[in-house]
Amino acid sequence: MKLPSLKLPSLREAGTEARLLLIGIPVFIWTMLPIYHMFLFAISPKEDAFAGKFWPDHPTLHNFHIVFYQQHYFLRDFWIQFWNSTVIAVSVGVLTLLIATATAFSISRLRVPGGRWVMNLALFTYFIPAAFLAVPMYRTMGNYGLLNNHWSLILAMVTIASPYAIWVLKQASDKLPVELDEAAIMDGATIPQIFRLVYLPLMMPSLVAIGCYALLLAWNEYLYAFLLLSKDTEITLPVALGNFLAADDSPWELLMTTGFIYALPPAAIYYVFKRYMVGGLTAGAVKS
Amino acid sequence: MATMTLRTPDDTVPRRPLSARLSTPQVWGIVLLAPYMLVFLAFVVYPVCYGLWLARHPASYVALYHDPIFARAAINTLIFLVIGINFKMVVALFLSGFFIQERSWIKWLSVLFILPWAVPSIPTILSVRFMFNPEWGMVNQLIFKLTGEDGPNWLNDPTVALTMAIGMHIWKSLPFWTLILMTGRLAIPGDLFEAAAVDGATWWQKFRFITWPSVRTLYLTCTLLSMIWTLGDFNSVYLLTGGGPADLTHVLSTLGIRYLRLDQLSLAMASIVCALPFVVPLMYFMMKRLSR
Repeated sequence: MKLPSLKLPSLREAGTEARLLLIGIPVFIWTMLPIYHMFLFAISPKEDAFAGKFWPDHPTLHNFHIVFYQQHYFLRDFWIQFWNSTVIAVSVGVLTLLIATATAFSISRLRVPGGRWVMNLALFTYFIPAAFLAVPMYRTMGNYGLLNNHWSLILAMVTIASPYAIWVLKQASDKLPVELDEAAIMDGATIPQIFRLVYLPLMMPSLVAIGCYALLLAWNEYLYAFLLLSKDTEITLPVALGNFLAADDSPWELLMTTGFIYALPPAAIYYVFKRYMVGGLTAGAVKS
Repeated sequence: MATMTLRTPDDTVPRRPLSARLSTPQVWGIVLLAPYMLVFLAFVVYPVCYGLWLARHPASYVALYHDPIFARAAINTLIFLVIGINFKMVVALFLSGFFIQERSWIKWLSVLFILPWAVPSIPTILSVRFMFNPEWGMVNQLIFKLTGEDGPNWLNDPTVALTMAIGMHIWKSLPFWTLILMTGRLAIPGDLFEAAAVDGATWWQKFRFITWPSVRTLYLTCTLLSMIWTLGDFNSVYLLTGGGPADLTHVLSTLGIRYLRLDQLSLAMASIVCALPFVVPLMYFMMKRLSR
């Protein structure tokens, strides 16, 4: 009675595996439960959702239909809010990239006098807790006359996203060899040419990471959006989601459906660009 | 006179204007630095100075001192930071050890594990909020089915509500810190562990004498950084408990916004200024650390 082809795991290996599973299963449940709950509500009719079922008796896409056709009082501006979120996130991504790339190039490659100082100031800003800056920022935007204007949120988010963006890009560009610039200058390249033809192509992975970082930061932002924008046709999706809570009889299944739709683009962006995000962001995120 | 001054730049070397003393790269450098400096002046320097100016009245601090909500918020913030963050970092350190195990199912789990960090916090926080709804939430319905008794009114008890807000924060940011600590662990040369295994080291000895000394600095940096950021975590508390019940679960970040909404701007700023003596040294330390 031999089992020649079947390789049974030894008792010790099985024990290790069991112990790993003992960690893995709770981690899986802990991670997925809030997300699954949201998904469950999105595909449940109201009665099923409120009955606390783990799977609806009649799964349906009707909630999505209501959201997409704006057939509820809370959702009457869904598409315009979606558009607002998109415009603001893309603008923040692009503006942050422009500003941070220029700054990092200036500090790291051109070694502008005082560059180190600017880097330190930016880093200091990075560590201001966002909710603390929000209070004076709100009044500042009022003084500038930008309240209820998309520019207020765009500029606030660029301010918050830039320090980290500059730092990561500076770290990345410090790694490029100086000889590259020197060779380009020998060949008679001007500074703008070096920037465009040498620097930008080499920095691409970091630029993608930073663009995504700023875009996601703006798309996900709740506090600043909620303070700086208030008109129903001006607000972004997260603020609209928060407004659902104002009513006692909120249509939670629609709230969760909208939330699910709202959560999809950032999750998709994250997983598509994960390669860049993880390499570009976490490696430089915390130096030991 | 005009022609006199126009003629000079070419041949008077010692007293040339600033623009002529700078090389072309430096001029470009300043031009490229300008956009960020403008943003920095307009949206960091001005608001910070303006905020400090708003917080200049001693009367605001007296009012804060007499406001029981402020004292409670300060204590809650301390609990959040000292207990919540340290607990989170210990779990992250532990899980980073779990996720570097080479198993294909652990690879897949790590892909899912990152989801809380990749999705926006608002819908997930609201999802948890409804899950613990005393009447219709999934949790209490489950308790009712299993025991036949009504579950507790979770968010109506300040201690439970604050614990849940901390849990929410941990749910959201645990993946990020685990990922960072994983990179730290993966940077340790593998032959150290092999040598330890040959010498018959136990699991704990390997951790105590190899892993911990290598990731200690990273771990402390992460803890400090997480504390600074958690001070600014508004969503976990505000969207889960709204500061309630009876304003007992506020932290400094939600309290500042609460004063702002009540049009008590100087109080809002004063409450933030009270936190500065603790925060600014941390910020300075972190800045020094990262700018090396």
